Amino acid sequence: MSSSVTKPLPEWPLYEVFIRGKQGLEHKHCGSLHAVDAAQALQMARHVYTRRQEGVSIWVVPSAAISASAPDDKATLFDPAADKIYRHPSFYALPDELGHM
Amino acid sequence: MGAAARPEPTAVPAADTPSATLDRATRIAYLLHLADNALVLGQRNAEWCGHGPVLEEDLAMANISLDLIGQARLLYQHAASELGPDYSEDRLAYFRGPDEFRNYTLLELPHTGPLAPGARADRDYAVTVVRNYLYSELMLRVWHGLQHASDTQLAAIAARSLKEVRYHLRHSRDWLLRLGDGTPESHRRVQTALNHLLPYTNEFWLHTALEQAASASGLGVDMASLQADWAVAVDASLASASLQRPAAVANRLPLGKQGQHSEHLSYLLAEMQSLARAHPQATW
Amino acid sequence: MYTQAMDVPEAASPSLKVVASPASAEQTAQEQAFEQRISADQKIEPQDWMPAAYRHTLLRQISQHAHSEIVGMLPEGNWISRAPSLKRKAILIAKVQDECGHGLYLYSAAETLGRSRDEMQSALHAGRAKYSSIFNYPTLTWADVGVIGWLVDGAAIMNQIPLCRCSYGPYARAMIRVCKEESFHQRQGYECLLTMMRGTPEQRAMVQDAVNRWWWPVLQMFGPPDADSPHSAQGMRWGIKRISNDALRQKFVDATVPQAAILGVTLPDPDLRWNEERQGHDYGAIDWREFWAVVGGQGPCNQERLATRVKAHEDGAWVREAALAHAAKQGARALAEAA
Repeated sequence: MSSSVTKPLPEWPLYEVFIRGKQGLEHKHCGSLHAVDAAQALQMARHVYTRRQEGVSIWVVPSAAISASAPDDKATLFDPAADKIYRHPSFYALPDELGHM
Repeated sequence: MGAAARPEPTAVPAADTPSATLDRATRIAYLLHLADNALVLGQRNAEWCGHGPVLEEDLAMANISLDLIGQARLLYQHAASELGPDYSEDRLAYFRGPDEFRNYTLLELPHTGPLAPGARADRDYAVTVVRNYLYSELMLRVWHGLQHASDTQLAAIAARSLKEVRYHLRHSRDWLLRLGDGTPESHRRVQTALNHLLPYTNEFWLHTALEQAASASGLGVDMASLQADWAVAVDASLASASLQRPAAVANRLPLGKQGQHSEHLSYLLAEMQSLARAHPQATW
Repeated sequence: MYTQAMDVPEAASPSLKVVASPASAEQTAQEQAFEQRISADQKIEPQDWMPAAYRHTLLRQISQHAHSEIVGMLPEGNWISRAPSLKRKAILIAKVQDECGHGLYLYSAAETLGRSRDEMQSALHAGRAKYSSIFNYPTLTWADVGVIGWLVDGAAIMNQIPLCRCSYGPYARAMIRVCKEESFHQRQGYECLLTMMRGTPEQRAMVQDAVNRWWWPVLQMFGPPDADSPHSAQGMRWGIKRISNDALRQKFVDATVPQAAILGVTLPDPDLRWNEERQGHDYGAIDWREFWAVVGGQGPCNQERLATRVKAHEDGAWVREAALAHAAKQGARALAEAA
């Protein structure tokens, strides 16, 4: 067993998955998964999101790399956090001294 | 489904020639060797369902297990059709004892290291990864060769299995590298697993009369021709994973493919077959 | 049924009562816009403003749903190694694999609300988060596997289809994906039982015994009676919960009785009978003490289920850590090469 852990282990980063089906014209967003790098994310996306489809095209993108337009009703507000697709904790790098937040 | 009596692989109609008899017996035995490999490893890999180190790996293991069981089913069905109407995939899988199974000993070992008592709860992902890697590296070459088997049904099974094993190889090799060249703990675990498991691969290269007969008749691959290639690939992967090849253990020669197994197979089969054997007349 | 524990007070949780506080003009406008979208049956998406209580309720429900899928792998997974035919073994592995995938989609959806999968799993492992009570019962025979497919997945489908129209976009979309995969689960379970009921006397006895043990816990799955579910009302106003516990339970009973008749099994309720006047089945009294005991941790398998998940997580820590370490090394190597 591991020694006592004072800090939780860092989590595998989050990736968004986009799939284009065999008959499809474009890649559609279908969800996310955790992986350590893009190569692993692609491999995993295959059996997480395409178990029942063959011959599909898969794109994976680190969630933190995606910028999104603000919803219409916020168009006039400036909020640097508002251009993230959602508020996942790992998008925001906090100093280590803060510990688990 | 038929009685629970042992199947008699050599029972043949009188009209066959001696060489046709030999060919048929060889074919059945060879198919069962391939099928037993797939089933036993599929059974082991499925033990991770619900217990994997991360959800995404649970899915991967289930996938690999399903592929292997699928291969086993096709191979058993083919063997059963050779044996006659009293035989079925399930009769072959559930009603043969450990001495009749022809899988490599490597595949029946539990997911624990050599010093652990073998309790399922002590399963170690390093053992799983190393074993899957060593076997996939072999089967990539075996399935590739079997695409040209004289038995067209086996050739078709090989073509499909080749696609699957490419994924299994990539998965296990990627993890071999991640764990071998990850943290000190992961490196230690993988090196220990490798030291324990690599000697079991000596069995791959033991030339049996069955394999020679299968190869000579165009049914099977010439295993000797694969050995050097396999060793080069394995050495390259070990180097990339910062792993040392353990010293050869020349006198370790498991004979699982000849029906002489480790202590572990009887437990594996007892569990796997218990329900089916409790209701020998039942259909499920 | 994934809301069944919503009426169990959280250990230390913010009250879900709407607290009157001085609201800014902007906040009032945001609340109004939010309410309008809900009333118009429009979707709320991750970037949209939402009341804290809505976010909190959704997080709790979606994560409980995800936990249920993952823990739900265990009772059926218990029979993978002993499946009595290769076909059944393959079907069961595929089903359990689907459940893992569903858990994954749902964690994914919950993460859009600002909580990481690790945090949610920590809450589960520490006993702070709930999962569906039904998975705290043991699978004692192979017939239990078929009964889970028929009844438990049947109940889940009934609950999940309305959730496809849930107001929160990511949850609704995850549910659509789940429902597409779920239909084969119930059919396979039922077909497994049908085969057994047409088989040997021992097989038939095995099925009837399984039905006797699972029927009442399955009815409890739908959650407490509407009168005892104060939070359901709020959930329904927000478009999170679409149909009441009692209504779903009634629908389930009415759909299942004819299925049981076709199978040839007896449902273990002497008070079960068709009520011509209300055009539905009357059924016997449910033992809610059992339900609350199981939800509260006193079921037959609560401790084992949780311990199994905790062990998998802890035993797997070195694997997850190694993968991260390797990726970091690869990253550093790539940088060094580029320099």
